[in-house]
Amino acid sequence: MKVAYWPGCVSRGFTPELHGSMAAVAPLLDIELVELDRACCSGAGVIAEHNQELADTLNARTFALAQAVQGADLMMNICSTCQGAHSESQERLDANSEYRDAINGTLAAEGLSYEKGLTNKNLLWLLVEEIGLENLKKKVKRPLTNLKVGPFYGCYIVRPKERLGIDAEHQRDHYLHWVIEALGGTVIDYAGVHKCCGFPIVTMNKEASLKQAGRHLGDAMDAEADCLVVPCPLCHLNLDLQQPGASKVVGRDLAMPVLHLPQLLGLALGLDPKQLGMSKHVVKPTAVIDWSAAVVGAPVPA
Amino acid sequence: MAEYTLKLRRYDPQSGEAPYVEEYRVELEPHRSVLEAILKVKNEQDGSVGIRCSCRAAICGSCGVRINGRPGLACHTHLSDAARTGVNADGVTILVEPMGNMPVIKDLIVDMDAVHWKKIQRVTPWLLPKQPVPEREYVVPHANMVDVTQTMACIQCGACVSDCLSMEVDPLFVGPAASAKAYRFVGDPRDAEQFERLKDLAEDPHGIFDCTHCFTCIDACPKGVAPMSQIMRLRRVATGDHHIVDRNNGERHERAFVSLIRGYGLLHEAELLPRSWGGDSWFGKFHPAAGRELLDSLPSIAKAVARRKVSIRGAMLGHRIPKADLKAVQGIFDKIESKGRRYELNLYISGVEDDDEPVAAATSTSESESA
Repeated sequence: MKVAYWPGCVSRGFTPELHGSMAAVAPLLDIELVELDRACCSGAGVIAEHNQELADTLNARTFALAQAVQGADLMMNICSTCQGAHSESQERLDANSEYRDAINGTLAAEGLSYEKGLTNKNLLWLLVEEIGLENLKKKVKRPLTNLKVGPFYGCYIVRPKERLGIDAEHQRDHYLHWVIEALGGTVIDYAGVHKCCGFPIVTMNKEASLKQAGRHLGDAMDAEADCLVVPCPLCHLNLDLQQPGASKVVGRDLAMPVLHLPQLLGLALGLDPKQLGMSKHVVKPTAVIDWSAAVVGAPVPA
Repeated sequence: MAEYTLKLRRYDPQSGEAPYVEEYRVELEPHRSVLEAILKVKNEQDGSVGIRCSCRAAICGSCGVRINGRPGLACHTHLSDAARTGVNADGVTILVEPMGNMPVIKDLIVDMDAVHWKKIQRVTPWLLPKQPVPEREYVVPHANMVDVTQTMACIQCGACVSDCLSMEVDPLFVGPAASAKAYRFVGDPRDAEQFERLKDLAEDPHGIFDCTHCFTCIDACPKGVAPMSQIMRLRRVATGDHHIVDRNNGERHERAFVSLIRGYGLLHEAELLPRSWGGDSWFGKFHPAAGRELLDSLPSIAKAVARRKVSIRGAMLGHRIPKADLKAVQGIFDKIESKGRRYELNLYISGVEDDDEPVAAATSTSESESA
């Protein structure tokens, strides 16, 4: 399947292992990535906070670039925050033709136009809804045996439900659970599964921000998770890069590896932890997880 | 008729006993409400169950609870929907707990005075009229009153407060309900103290810049008030119209973010943080406030460099989109930022257009004056 692929800013900045691991797993999932390298930042909610029309116009430009990719089935995000910011803009653009026309008027300077009804999915949604869990299971070369994984969804792909199309038929707020199971891992439920990592207020109230990250990491440790998996690089920054700081704020030792979703997929699809950029993490999964007993060295199921 | 397992979290602080969960079996039709099931238990099985309720029609806001982990009104939640809610939902079991972020008085009744109403009072929830007060009534433009109708829909049930994730780690946070109430008056043209109200909420370390942007309150609200959207509007008016530079880095963070996207097309993370503390220029990192924060973050930065997560070159130069595209993006910034007015489309007011029947945007696009 061919997708117009928006990697976001942070996957090419402070979490390069996310961009690299997505590139590594895409061919194994039969996904052809056409990178939207001309598109700009989604605004992450901050540009919308500043000026809604500006955020919507910049995102309409990205959507128009995605619609111009020949043969692409849909647009794909690997950053939850981008997905949320895109969904918010698209909701307004699709809801009102006069508003859409006005914004397309601005895009006309570049010869671009957004047509209502773009399909824009996060990798997580695409795995379940396009590839399918049964199909995904068939692609697994090395099940995540003995790996206890705590899902951490991040806010932007679970709320608000109505905008994100979450309903009884599309239980997108359960998908990470299902994917971990499909890959052969054990799901660990803990209090922070659908909570906020705290990243958006790290410059405004660092203590409250890191207290959120620290609590979720601590809760996952108490629930005996080996690692967390996140579909959002901004969550990764607060949960991994800031983990030493979060540890100080909550007053307990934390050693919780945090994997990006493509890294978890890559492990099950047979790639090595290092190949997936896990040596780049602040809390190295390779140092915390006993790979001789889990996944890599685990007995092959009969 | 269907049979449900109703699990109620019981707690009497005066008893000295720890909270516990008690199970009841209830037979009711699936379209009946969770409140009806609780009242049936109270009437027929256990009169000691504590629940606060009144109108039973989602108007009074008395019966806010958590149902299978999600906040809502017990009277406004069908049993069938409740039993399907939550990751471990089995279609039969419904766990009802008291709302969060507030102390429990008994069972499902929380102390709204201790938290919710205190925060509402904190935002001066009444009109401070412009002088001189006219002899007859104020005449307010229709569009201005429509603009605040969304916040006026609040029934003070506390569902948003219950699950506010900022309040969970910072109980002093002014919170979603009070912020929505603040916009009720900030958006009212009769009020004389728009600037003071915003300055107060922006400068408060637990004010509008303490919201973690998690959307929880938007989903929690049974009335579509979207408190988080109101907080974003408060921020927009505070920074965009009044240029309030607050001590919490809220305005600086927004300004730095926007100007970095204008300059690079992509986020230059290494510049964003120092500029949020030290001011929006390359020299921001040399400001003492930025210096202190950078020093504090040094262990993380050093580790990121050592692990080759971040290169020195990448941190210095950032990344940007191709030149021609950057020029186009900057053209969009120039065009929109040079407008005298900001345009906002609030779907709560305008509704969603039917494919066959376009609605006129002219009446549904709210405009806000730029200073």
